[in-house]
Amino acid sequence: MYAFEIVRPQTVAEATAALTGEAQPLGGGQTLIPTLKQRLANPETLVSLTGIAEMKGVCTGDDGRLCIGGATTHAVVAAQAGAFPALAHLANGIGDPAVRNRGTIGGSLANNDPAACYPAAVLATGATMVTNTREIAADDYFDGMFGTALDEREIITEVRFPVAQKASYEKFRQPASRFAMVGVFVAQYADGVRVAVTGASEDGVFRWTDAEDALSADFSATALDGLAVSADGMIGDLHGSPEYRAHLVKVMTTRAVNAAD
Amino acid sequence: MTVNGNAVTGEVEGRTLLVEFLREDLHLTGTHVGCDTSQCGACVVHVDGLAVKACTMFAAEAEGADVATIEGQANADGSLNVIQQAFQDHHGLQCGFCTPGMVMTAAALLQENPKPSETEIRHHLEGNICRCTGYHNIVKAILAASGQDVETIAAE
Ligand SMILES: Cc1cc2nc3c(=O)[nH]c(=O)nc-3n(C[C@H](O)[C@H](O)[C@H](O)COP(=O)(O)OP(=O)(O)OC[C@H]3O[C@@H](n4cnc5c(N)ncnc54)[C@H](O)[C@@H]3O)c2cc1C
Ligand code: FES
Ligand code: FES
Repeated sequence: MYAFEIVRPQTVAEATAALTGEAQPLGGGQTLIPTLKQRLANPETLVSLTGIAEMKGVCTGDDGRLCIGGATTHAVVAAQAGAFPALAHLANGIGDPAVRNRGTIGGSLANNDPAACYPAAVLATGATMVTNTREIAADDYFDGMFGTALDEREIITEVRFPVAQKASYEKFRQPASRFAMVGVFVAQYADGVRVAVTGASEDGVFRWTDAEDALSADFSATALDGLAVSADGMIGDLHGSPEYRAHLVKVMTTRAVNAAD
Repeated sequence: MTVNGNAVTGEVEGRTLLVEFLREDLHLTGTHVGCDTSQCGACVVHVDGLAVKACTMFAAEAEGADVATIEGQANADGSLNVIQQAFQDHHGLQCGFCTPGMVMTAAALLQENPKPSETEIRHHLEGNICRCTGYHNIVKAILAASGQDVETIAAE
């Protein structure tokens, strides 16, 4: 690792003030520390967000949305997001217990790994990212593999999830990395169903709109009969071909519909 | 920070990992580094009661925290604690390299779930890799440490 300073602000205002020049936010470090070890990043200062009390915790807002602080760990979401069981289940399936005790929702969404779990939940629920400067809707947030609408040094302070009537996240694990080979989040709302897929596409997380239309008309696994996902643009690597991933998208969507509650 | 109940202080660089501080500054070499890429769990310690990978946390972030390592796990009279003894009784280790991380992970599990099922134990051990035992005896040891019947898990 190259040398850098670590600062540990107590408030969002202090963190924002510290994020200037070659400074970078540090969430749980579960992605950033391995990156630093490989010398793929060279910040002068890391601004640790995990000591900021106002960025931690889970609560229900006046509008009924589930609000999760940007520095909340996966383990806390797993334990405290009982108001949205599919989300708690997703958090409990990320990595392993030690990763869940450090890794944060804000770090996961800022990183936008093409095989990460939270992006699927955010896109399928139409959640809102609240940052230190603005609010960003899910449909405007993701911008291809590892790409997001965040400006440099902008930090996610909170994520607000509309709670679905029925939802489920089903993940086909890549056993070595523990990330999703393909993960599908299905969420039913009064005005329709949203289906978001992670792990599969070279463009990162995406909405499977054909399935959304079919499930909005009839929320059952049989509604998916006859639908298929094209292998064009799907990820192909030693773990699976584009065709295999395209097939898995439908399999995991079917499982998610069957498991939704 | 306190480590195993003792107050310790030290000057570290920003980039010093918690595991480096424990091993190189405090000479607590029971916490192992198996991969250094956050995959294997040999370096698991507890920070304020939560299991974390000491190779994937900066020492500076543990400032003021309560850290527990394998060196602090034995009973006050020096005898093995119930989890350690169960690993010995049920052959939960062979080379022993993964064992500190396994014991610390098991201790965290039993804190939050004193009577885990076999499935829960296996889910909880997902981040701990063992190249020797095939896991079976580790799962048995943790079941035994929780006071449960180990005969219920199929012998292989
Ligand atoms: C063994 C292992 C298995 C894993 N398995 C999974 C898995 O199954 N599914 C999954 O989804 N993920 C998985 N992960 C990744 C894990 O979820 C990480 O916690 C997450 O991707 C990054 O979160 P972090 O808080 O650790 O962020 P960090 O590593 O600290 O930061 C990541 C990036 O986000 C930036 N950042 C951090 N916090 C914020 C914020 N609040 N606002 C803006 N920018 C921020 C940082 O500057 C950095 O660029 C795994 C990781 C490991 C090591
Ligand atoms: S040494 Fe920390 S996870 Fe392997
Ligand atoms: S006993 Fe050798 S690695 Fe587990």
